[in-house]
Amino acid sequence: MAVKEEAIQVAPPVPKKRSKFAKQQERLAYMLVAPTLLLILVVAAWPLYQAVALSFTDERLGRPGQGEFVGLENYKALLWQVRERSDGSVRIGDSDFYEAVTNTVLLTLVSVALELVLGLGIALVINSKFKGRGLMRTAVLVPWAIPTVVSAQMWSWMYNDVFGVFNDMLQRVGIISDNIAWLANPTTALMAVTLMEVWKTTPFMALLILAGLQVIPGDVYEAADIDGASKIQQFLAITLPLLRPAILVALIFRTMDALRIFDAIKVMTNGGSGTEVMSTYAHRNLFDFQKLGYGNAVSVVIFLIIAVFVVIYLTSFRVSED
Amino acid sequence: MSKEMKKNLQNVAFYLVIAVIIFYLLFPFYWAVVSSLKTQAQLFDITYLPTELYLDAYRVVFQNDNFILGLRNSIIVSFSVTIVSLIIGSFAAYALGRLPFRGKNTILYLVLVMTMFPLIAVVGSLFTFIRNPCIVVGANCPALSLFNTRTALVITYLVFALPFTTYVLTNFFRSLPAELEQAALVDGATPFQTFYKVLLPLTMPALVTTGMLTFIAAWNEFLFAMTFTLDFQSRTVQPAIAFFQGASEREIPWNNIMAASVVVTIPLILLVLIFQRRIVDGLTAGAVKG
Repeated sequence: MAVKEEAIQVAPPVPKKRSKFAKQQERLAYMLVAPTLLLILVVAAWPLYQAVALSFTDERLGRPGQGEFVGLENYKALLWQVRERSDGSVRIGDSDFYEAVTNTVLLTLVSVALELVLGLGIALVINSKFKGRGLMRTAVLVPWAIPTVVSAQMWSWMYNDVFGVFNDMLQRVGIISDNIAWLANPTTALMAVTLMEVWKTTPFMALLILAGLQVIPGDVYEAADIDGASKIQQFLAITLPLLRPAILVALIFRTMDALRIFDAIKVMTNGGSGTEVMSTYAHRNLFDFQKLGYGNAVSVVIFLIIAVFVVIYLTSFRVSED
Repeated sequence: MSKEMKKNLQNVAFYLVIAVIIFYLLFPFYWAVVSSLKTQAQLFDITYLPTELYLDAYRVVFQNDNFILGLRNSIIVSFSVTIVSLIIGSFAAYALGRLPFRGKNTILYLVLVMTMFPLIAVVGSLFTFIRNPCIVVGANCPALSLFNTRTALVITYLVFALPFTTYVLTNFFRSLPAELEQAALVDGATPFQTFYKVLLPLTMPALVTTGMLTFIAAWNEFLFAMTFTLDFQSRTVQPAIAFFQGASEREIPWNNIMAASVVVTIPLILLVLIFQRRIVDGLTAGAVKG
């Protein structure tokens, strides 16, 4: 933009005409932006406002407009209400919700960490020169191209307790002796879904890191070679520091994505066997339990959690305004 | 160990790593294809290479009305969302990328933030809107309910499609050289003519890439699709696959599910293979430059 404005200023000074032109440009800009803003208002801003409004009521899905204003009751029940149980133990807030939050955080941490390691490895491999590099580049896009619902079904079938290929492979190698019901067993279900998520999203991580790798100039390495630095030294001293911005962006993006996970859980376990996450819990309250008020309180809390990450992203990487 | 041997060993190790990675990336899809070519009975016998090819599962899938309707709905919905967001989004993107005006940065931030918007946060309130569209202006018109229609999906998909197209296209518009417009202006073109006749044709490749990514996102959407529709008259193919039903309650027809999965995925994989470069650029452009 800066370039253009300079150029206009260099042009022969015809002040009156230029300001008319600038006005014309500005009016056009508003006209062009208006439809997008209007649609964002209807499909995002209003719903968000409505979600907050509903979260202060006890509205039921089946009885529109009949909810009463209950103030912070939903949030209290969800987050901080202290309830004493008959056996004397004390519960704070909605323990199902807190379990969903724990599961979500666990899934996010593990999947993002695994994706980072795998994505970095794959990106480094693709970035080196070898025969069949094109094939590798293509293969990496396959998990990304497959819809999440489809991936979830494919992996559910692989995890099948009796006829699943996963059990068969592990038995052939001798790691397990009996079939395991991966998705029905509370100790393995969350991990099983996490592994599917890792497989599905590693390509995205790898591509972002690869893009970061490709902007590192080759002569940096040539210089390091001449200085006698080993490949590992080069990786630690040159590649990783220069990759930091790309890795950070990838991490934030993936973290936000993982926190929102819904499709995979819904299809693979429907939140059963200890895999309920924040999104499935919100959806269950909204539509299965028909609690529009309470469910929206859950939704708003999820929104705020995601918003924190968006703010982190925006403050560390400002939108380039040239 | 001689130097040459060491190098050979390193090479072998490297290609072994590559083989492992390729296996990891491709095996699940390979297994879906293999399973889709088996009969229900053969599924119980785990063989890693297809022995005989049975197309029965595909026949079942293509004779399943729900699946066919789902495919049709997915195509209609994804196509409509893509076209609408490309047209409206490219207008906004031209203004944001090319024209000076007050409030530009605020809008740019808004659009960027919207690309990260969590759909689950608004699924409940959008449902009240779908059921009663007039609620936006505080009125009541349940008769106009969009529940269980494709229109409901097209409208709500704009939540993610429109900010995405706007943001990516803004970046593309910005990257075009300023001289183009100046030349057009010198020739006496109005700003809109400049946009329509000079910049838009140059942006065609970007429009194709962005459109494809938007199409894929809409094609893959599941949360809204399962929530705002009820039956297969308007349901897209994702819920159709998620809730695939067999002839009997007890037996899950995994070969049919895998066949349906392959059918839905093949077009996407083809698109990705053909437009590999552009997709990768489009995917990473927003994030890396940001």
